[in-house]
Amino acid sequence: MNRLVDEIFGGEKPEKHERFRGEYPVRVRGLVNSFDEQVIHDDLDLDVKRGEILGVVGGSGTGKSVLMRSIIGLQVPDAGDIEVFGQSMTDAEPDEALGVRNRWGVLFQGGALFSTLTVGENVEVPLKQFYPELDEDVMRQIARYKVVMSGLPPEATNKYPSELSGGMRKRAGLARALALDPELLFLDEPTAGLDPIGASAFDQLTRELKQTLGLTVFLITHDLDTLHEICDRVAVLADKKVIAVDTVPNLMKLDHPWIQEYFNGPRGRAALTAQALDELRKHMDKPIAAQAVKALDKSNEDKA
Amino acid sequence: MATAAHYTLEENTEGRTVLKLGGPFLLSTISTIESDLRKLKADYAAVDLSDVTEIDTVGAWYACQLAQENSVDVINASDRAERLMKAVGQSDSDATIEADRLPLFERVAETMGSKVFNAGYGVTNIVGFMGQVLVGFGALIRHPRRFRYRALVSQLESVGVNSLPIIGLMSFLIGIVIAQQGAVQLQAFGAEALTVNLVGRITMRELGVLMTAIMVAGRSGSAFAAQIGTMKLTEEIDAMRTIGISPVEALVIPRILACVFMMVLLGFYASIMSIIGGAVISDLMLGIPFWTFLARIQEVVPTYDLWVGLIKAPVFGLIIALSGCYQGMQVHGNSEEVGQRTTKAVVQAIFTVIVLDAFFAVFFTKVGWG
Repeated sequence: MNRLVDEIFGGEKPEKHERFRGEYPVRVRGLVNSFDEQVIHDDLDLDVKRGEILGVVGGSGTGKSVLMRSIIGLQVPDAGDIEVFGQSMTDAEPDEALGVRNRWGVLFQGGALFSTLTVGENVEVPLKQFYPELDEDVMRQIARYKVVMSGLPPEATNKYPSELSGGMRKRAGLARALALDPELLFLDEPTAGLDPIGASAFDQLTRELKQTLGLTVFLITHDLDTLHEICDRVAVLADKKVIAVDTVPNLMKLDHPWIQEYFNGPRGRAALTAQALDELRKHMDKPIAAQAVKALDKSNEDKA
Repeated sequence: MATAAHYTLEENTEGRTVLKLGGPFLLSTISTIESDLRKLKADYAAVDLSDVTEIDTVGAWYACQLAQENSVDVINASDRAERLMKAVGQSDSDATIEADRLPLFERVAETMGSKVFNAGYGVTNIVGFMGQVLVGFGALIRHPRRFRYRALVSQLESVGVNSLPIIGLMSFLIGIVIAQQGAVQLQAFGAEALTVNLVGRITMRELGVLMTAIMVAGRSGSAFAAQIGTMKLTEEIDAMRTIGISPVEALVIPRILACVFMMVLLGFYASIMSIIGGAVISDLMLGIPFWTFLARIQEVVPTYDLWVGLIKAPVFGLIIALSGCYQGMQVHGNSEEVGQRTTKAVVQAIFTVIVLDAFFAVFFTKVGWG
């Protein structure tokens, strides 16, 4: 086996276990995407910083999912350059692209689980694909703890996707995305269709995983609470470009009409108040905070 | 920096053996030392991670496992390793990966039992389905405005018009084969003129309709099952029900009508194409002129042969459409089921058609249409 590897790689084994140490795991430059006559992206630039959760927002049809698909190589762009872990994906050899592919995990909108496999078997699929030499028993145990790590009860491991609820299916999809211990995680609307409790739990899970595993997360979302709660920076897609990338408070200062409507609309303000309240409740020992919380609670009661 | 995971057994200052892991201890590197570590029967007092350069959850999990198996501690772990081990430790489970499976002996009995029960349910389900279809027809007769003409026309096109080329070609070739093979045998008796009878009667009575039924079952019956099955998986059928559209009226009845009606026309068309094929080969091989062949057909094929074919055709069409739609409606669960049900629809349809054809053959002979 080793001799074969030596022959193929000229004596040097690929260093596939080096973690990426550069500043930007994902760099997109001058991306152009179009379907027939319709231009989706025109000269779009985006950098994702290592170790951050980058939220990506934009109205429907602004090409959030297309941007993600371009980065992970499911959509061949018309022009532009995409670098993942410092490796250009647009003109990568298949082997090189494969070397990058086992370092990211993707959670699709509907979970995209293989319906004829159980949750545990779903998690095993990437393991078997990339590390067939791994002992079967070890693989099985890895799958087991990944399932639990994604917040599913252990009993869900041998269930089929059709036996799970929507929220559980998302977690199962996350378990599969985490199977290879990726450095980069793509989440496409992870909290869409979840109840507020489930959505907030998923947000917490994302944040915890990011902290413990040192993940970089590319997160497409419509959920304002998610943006306020867990995103380090938010990229706004509009006019076929990324018009701004910044923290939420800084974005709210910009006077782009869409950004203003998005963050300062009724839902945006509600999410903000909720977050502010949470923050204040942590400092109830200080009289001014307690007073503010009481006042806000009272005004909420009055409204109700 | 070392590029592979490695381990050594060392003695620490207190004179106890310590298992020292080193290098990158990751999913991608662990397999090289995993089997050695498992065979390692040494007694060690701790698992030392001080030389580990890189670690991920798999490495952390494995270190935990090693420590647990020997009930010792992990020492000198980096912050990252500590964090990962904590996360992994909380996620330990002993759940099984595979779906629950009975032991072989019970499974055989269980499969047998469920097959018997399913056969029983199958009969009730089919009767129930036919009942639904009848009710649907009744409702449409009372409310003709609910009938979906567009769906019917589009089904007529896909079942009938679109299959004209393939059924025409197939029948033409079958006509050629029957005429050519028949002529070879009949020549032995000097009766090659009877080739006309052979081709005319067998295609009108049997082969035209039968071959068409098989082709339609493969083309359209399978399409019905797959379409309706996929719609069930994507909850389109449920959506229809909630809007107040009956899936039987909207999906099943147009398909049944299209299949019944088109089978009659296609069966007749197939017989004609076979006769033309036979005429062409007779002209070329036997020296029976093309037009003479056709004129003789009129004389030797009794009209009731045409009726035999035309009476069977709609029945076969009904069976094909019913089994396609029924199997489609039975789909639930996953995409594999769509494939299984589609196969079942085609096999069931062709089998039933051939069994019924045998009954028809006996019946028509008894009533004097032999």
